[in-house]
Amino acid sequence: MMTLKVNGQENHIDADPDTPLLYVLRDDLKLNAAKFGCGLGQCGSCTVIVDGKAVLSCVTPLVLLEGKQVTTLEGLGTVSAPAPIQRAFMEEQAAQCGYCIAGMMMRAQALLLRNPKPTDAQIRAELQPNLCRCGTHMRILRAVHRAARLMDTADASANERSGQ
Amino acid sequence: MNAPVILDRRRVLQGGGALIVSFSLSRAFAQEGAPAAAKRPGSLATASYLDAWLRIDADGRITAFTGKAELGQGFKTAFQQIAAEQLDVAFQAIHVVTADTQLTANEGYTSGSHSMQDSGTAILNAAAQVRELLIAEAARRLGLAVEGLKTDSGAVVAPDGRRITYGELVAADMLHVQAQPQSKLKDPATFKVMGHPVPRVDIPAKVTGGEAYVQDMRLPDMVHARVVRPPSYGAQLVECDSSAVEKLPGVVKVVRDGNFLAVVADKEFQAVKAMNALAAAAKWKESPSLPRQDDLLNVITSLPSQDSTNRSDPSVSGQKTVEATYTRSYQSHGSIGPSCAVAHFVGDAMTVWTHTQGVYPDRQAIAEMLRMPPASVRLIHVEGSGCYGHNGADDVAADAALIARALPGRPVRVQWMREQEHAWEPFGPAMVTKLRASLDADGRIADWNFAVWSNTHSMRPGNAGTLLAAQHMAQGFAVPPPKPLPLPEGGGDRNAIPLYNFANAHVVHHFIPAMPLRISAMRALGAYHNVFSIESFMDELAGLAGADAVEFRLRHLEDARGRDVIEKAAQEFGWTRDQKPQAGRGYGFAFARYKNLAAYCAIASEVEVNRETGRARLLRAVAAVDSGQVVNPDGLTNQIEGAIMQSMSWTLYESVSFDDTRITSIDWQTYPILRFDAVPDRIDVHIINRPGQPFLGSGETGQGPAAASIANAIAHATGKRLRNLPLTRKRIKDAIDA
Amino acid sequence: MAGMARSPRIIAGIVAVALAAGAAAAFAIVWQPAIAAIEPPPPASFDPAVVKRGRELAALGNCSSCHTVRGGQDFAGGVPVPTPFGVVFSSNITPDPETGIGRWSEEAFGRAMSSGVNREGQHLYPTFPYDHFTNVTDEDDRALYAFLMTRPPVDAVARPNELVFPLDQRPIIAGWKLLFLRRETFQPDPAKSAEWNRGAYLVDGLAHCGACHTPRNALGAERVSAQFAGGEADNWHAYALNDRAHAPVPWNTESLYAYLRNGWHPDHGTARGPMAEVVSNLSTVPDTDVRAIAIYMTDVSGAAKPERDRSAVLAQAESAPAQGDPTGAAIYVAACASCHESGRPLPYGGVNLALSTAVTSPDPRNLANLILAGVPAVAGERSPIMPGFADSMTDAQVTSLLNYLRTRFSKEQPWTDVEKTVADARRTQTALLQTSIGPRNVPADPSQRDQP
Repeated sequence: MMTLKVNGQENHIDADPDTPLLYVLRDDLKLNAAKFGCGLGQCGSCTVIVDGKAVLSCVTPLVLLEGKQVTTLEGLGTVSAPAPIQRAFMEEQAAQCGYCIAGMMMRAQALLLRNPKPTDAQIRAELQPNLCRCGTHMRILRAVHRAARLMDTADASANERSGQ
Repeated sequence: MNAPVILDRRRVLQGGGALIVSFSLSRAFAQEGAPAAAKRPGSLATASYLDAWLRIDADGRITAFTGKAELGQGFKTAFQQIAAEQLDVAFQAIHVVTADTQLTANEGYTSGSHSMQDSGTAILNAAAQVRELLIAEAARRLGLAVEGLKTDSGAVVAPDGRRITYGELVAADMLHVQAQPQSKLKDPATFKVMGHPVPRVDIPAKVTGGEAYVQDMRLPDMVHARVVRPPSYGAQLVECDSSAVEKLPGVVKVVRDGNFLAVVADKEFQAVKAMNALAAAAKWKESPSLPRQDDLLNVITSLPSQDSTNRSDPSVSGQKTVEATYTRSYQSHGSIGPSCAVAHFVGDAMTVWTHTQGVYPDRQAIAEMLRMPPASVRLIHVEGSGCYGHNGADDVAADAALIARALPGRPVRVQWMREQEHAWEPFGPAMVTKLRASLDADGRIADWNFAVWSNTHSMRPGNAGTLLAAQHMAQGFAVPPPKPLPLPEGGGDRNAIPLYNFANAHVVHHFIPAMPLRISAMRALGAYHNVFSIESFMDELAGLAGADAVEFRLRHLEDARGRDVIEKAAQEFGWTRDQKPQAGRGYGFAFARYKNLAAYCAIASEVEVNRETGRARLLRAVAAVDSGQVVNPDGLTNQIEGAIMQSMSWTLYESVSFDDTRITSIDWQTYPILRFDAVPDRIDVHIINRPGQPFLGSGETGQGPAAASIANAIAHATGKRLRNLPLTRKRIKDAIDA
Repeated sequence: MAGMARSPRIIAGIVAVALAAGAAAAFAIVWQPAIAAIEPPPPASFDPAVVKRGRELAALGNCSSCHTVRGGQDFAGGVPVPTPFGVVFSSNITPDPETGIGRWSEEAFGRAMSSGVNREGQHLYPTFPYDHFTNVTDEDDRALYAFLMTRPPVDAVARPNELVFPLDQRPIIAGWKLLFLRRETFQPDPAKSAEWNRGAYLVDGLAHCGACHTPRNALGAERVSAQFAGGEADNWHAYALNDRAHAPVPWNTESLYAYLRNGWHPDHGTARGPMAEVVSNLSTVPDTDVRAIAIYMTDVSGAAKPERDRSAVLAQAESAPAQGDPTGAAIYVAACASCHESGRPLPYGGVNLALSTAVTSPDPRNLANLILAGVPAVAGERSPIMPGFADSMTDAQVTSLLNYLRTRFSKEQPWTDVEKTVADARRTQTALLQTSIGPRNVPADPSQRDQP
């Protein structure tokens, strides 16, 4: 039994320490966004954020996660209150089948946390580990740029509200 | 409903409505054999009752039914637009139910870019006819002539302002009438929903972690299973002591039936660990059966074939003759999410939630495998990862059903592992084409000879023998003999007959029954390679004629809509005769009308080739597409963009690898596909809308033209013609250095 | 020119030496004349057969590795080469007349190769390994020149070096040359076979293997007495290739040939780090040259340790009790074993770590580098992929894992100062991934299981 902090909530997990985070998220915590794609760290479908960084949950065992904060796509926002990155992907209609999209969004989110105004080349380099088979790449790139703009605006308006 | 139906996760019908629809379907099918005076449009031809397509509840809720499966193409949204438009209601007023053997019409497979043509056309006409029925009913109640009545926002409105809502108008069996061959369709000029970009209904859940896929299903008391597949085709399970595996934590059951081996556990990762242990315990006898991967040209053309001549005109010989041979490797669908299904066996009824492309044919196959009556098996489509044809969906549905039968009462979820999807999915077949043509003195093609060697392009279910589980079980089913798909759509010969106006053409299809590798339908079937071949060869001939690639195509094409997309793509690209790209770059052009009867597509591209490494990168592509009346322009654009990107990946990188016994391309290391570093700078899609014209399928129309356009651009950049797919870095480098 | 001792004292040393050398030995060495600029020769003026030969030689010389930066144009330079004295940026060797070598005559190119002097007469830093290139024949220099002069010219100004004073003063290099640059050219050994001599010519010359695999002295010169005793490249340890080699299964000509030809060998695993770029380039050169390199290298590497074969190594690892750091053990089981014990054939399955020189090596850096950075996919090629764990493991976790792997899979003494190694690796590998082009092709297409 260990404690795992996911999307701000503490969870008591009864699983072997070698269990990959992906299975804990999907099976124990009933979260959908992180997807099984290869189990080998080759495709990025399972990407989540751990302590601000994009991590492949299929090759990240529980034993590595003591005391760390896990964020999944569910933790960013909802359909009615979407996070900037979610709004951006909706506005750009950046999905076909969408199976890879949660992983794409989490890796992009980690990039934007670190670098709020990435260049196109930086976005491409960052997303290199993640595969899309439908060929939605152009829209994904547009959506990440849009998310950067939305976050910028959100920050600006938040600053205005707080009088900064 | 005799199957255990868990409806809480899917907003399917409530109350008795579904029963009425089921009833109407069975009556409709009973009359399928009846001669029809005139053919009804789309799938109304086979499911002719209006209430098989639309239902209106007393509270005004409207449900549209389609027998097609949403695969990520976005047609669920398009169908909702169509129904809303023709019924004169808001887009949000419609709810669409997709393929379910208990609820929807049998529309066969979701394939061949047929969804809009079949199901979209049926819903279009059914909705228009329902609207007429509602107006007629209102006219009767109000004692007014139908001519004065209008529809607006889900109600019929009289000239004096009186309104009767659809819910008030609709009575028990009112929609249970057969469709007419002709419908009174709305004037496209008045469209409010159709033809406008509408955000797809499935995307919000997909970008927020909602339940969006069969992979996300969690039924009460559900268990997780994993299959242990043989290491190679035809391998026999010699020995398997599963006693240690059965004692592993969480393991519920080991299922063995002949060469079919699976393990069930309470939690998913327990099932994965148990699968690894079971695989280690299993001893298999393998035998080498695979051909040489590095000599596909000779392997394919030396297999016995059944030949058919598709077009033969007297052969004339021109002045200059060229010939060329093109090949295509076996290629994988490569779904990002391995196939998955959930099955539940209760009493004598089996329910399977599946991302199959054909709930009815797959039900037939699974029922045969289980030796159950089809009526006791229900298949419900739930979205999966994109499939692009016949991937592992049907097989994993069979796996789940077979395992669930061994665990009555418990829902069983099975997902394949990455290496299982890659090794066991049915591949897109390898193909060979040989072309010969000559030019007359005016630089026109005088004669054209085209021969294609190919397997069938569909080994889809219907028969149990198409399913891996059924093949592997002790009382197994034999793989049914393959059949070529008939023209005009064709399989290996899809798009083999040129759309160009050649005075003389000779087109032969060498259909090869023997299938050394497991194959089936992959997006565009034979059209991918045939269009690649034809459109590459057109450039070779244009070069021989000293003609510009675009002008040379127009020189041979009368089809006005074909000419329009060619001219549109060329114009938007900025194509000019004798254009000079930067050093190391090339321009390419290609065109096709998918199946010669679906959407038109022309693509111009600019490619950069690194002469040091041989690596080619598509820099930009400009596509023009005509798919008839457009329903959701952004959805269509998304499809064409995706087709170009996916076809680029097939064309530059992809081939299944194998040794004499095993498939060796079993993951993304061994089957590399497009990554972001090779994504183009831009892709532009220009739609030529044809208001009022029939829907033309567009999901596959880009595959062939994209391949040829890129190949032609590489030839332009390097001065070397590459004819063997994939056009890998190494092949390009070798050509440059030769 | 990595691999030098990291002490500021040597800066003082090198200055002293340089000043002394400069004073005593001669203005003549310091001063080199400019060679007249030429109009860039048209590509068509070169014999295609010579250009083709030059292409193979450029691959043997691994030129692209240093002269092509990630995201940049081929041979346009700009790759930062870290040294203890600062960063040297590689130059543009495309035939661009203003920013490249377009105005260099064949004579100027040959002088740069043999003497480390540019066309204008300035001394070049020995990060450009002219201490090896002196061995290259004039004929091969001509072929290389023909190859480079027929590349597309790229307008790219070389970034100025970031060296500490006074090492940013190029005349000082003359002193270094006086001490360390052997100007004799390669002499074949008539007692040896033609293949051996070919291998020697390549290894000591153009392929400059010792530049990484031979340790350097305080002034950054290769230690003649310790040839192939293990050196450094881009903060990776370049393994010893002599009789001090640490490979669990000793190398022989066949295995070395296969490794250089295919990029992997079942007894040793897969080339990665800077060596991955080397084998990527070697995949395009004639088979006979690769074989010659293997023949020569195995001969000069001396007698191996007691002969061990693969099965003995694996059996021993199998019988060893699981021990060592318990956290590391748990991480290994969860994060590593799913590939490394999957039984999948190489090069895709992950080598059994009992066979890994990274584990038996005296220097833990390579293992740390690998765990943190992983092995990225080679775009569009069949190639091994290993996920990097930099973002999912703390330094302490990587340290635990390294300690466990050392204990579990080797009989060597525990490494010391592992945590610092991990912290350094995290910093340097992050930087390297930004600039290195990495391997751009994959030597073989190993579609056959267990066979290259």
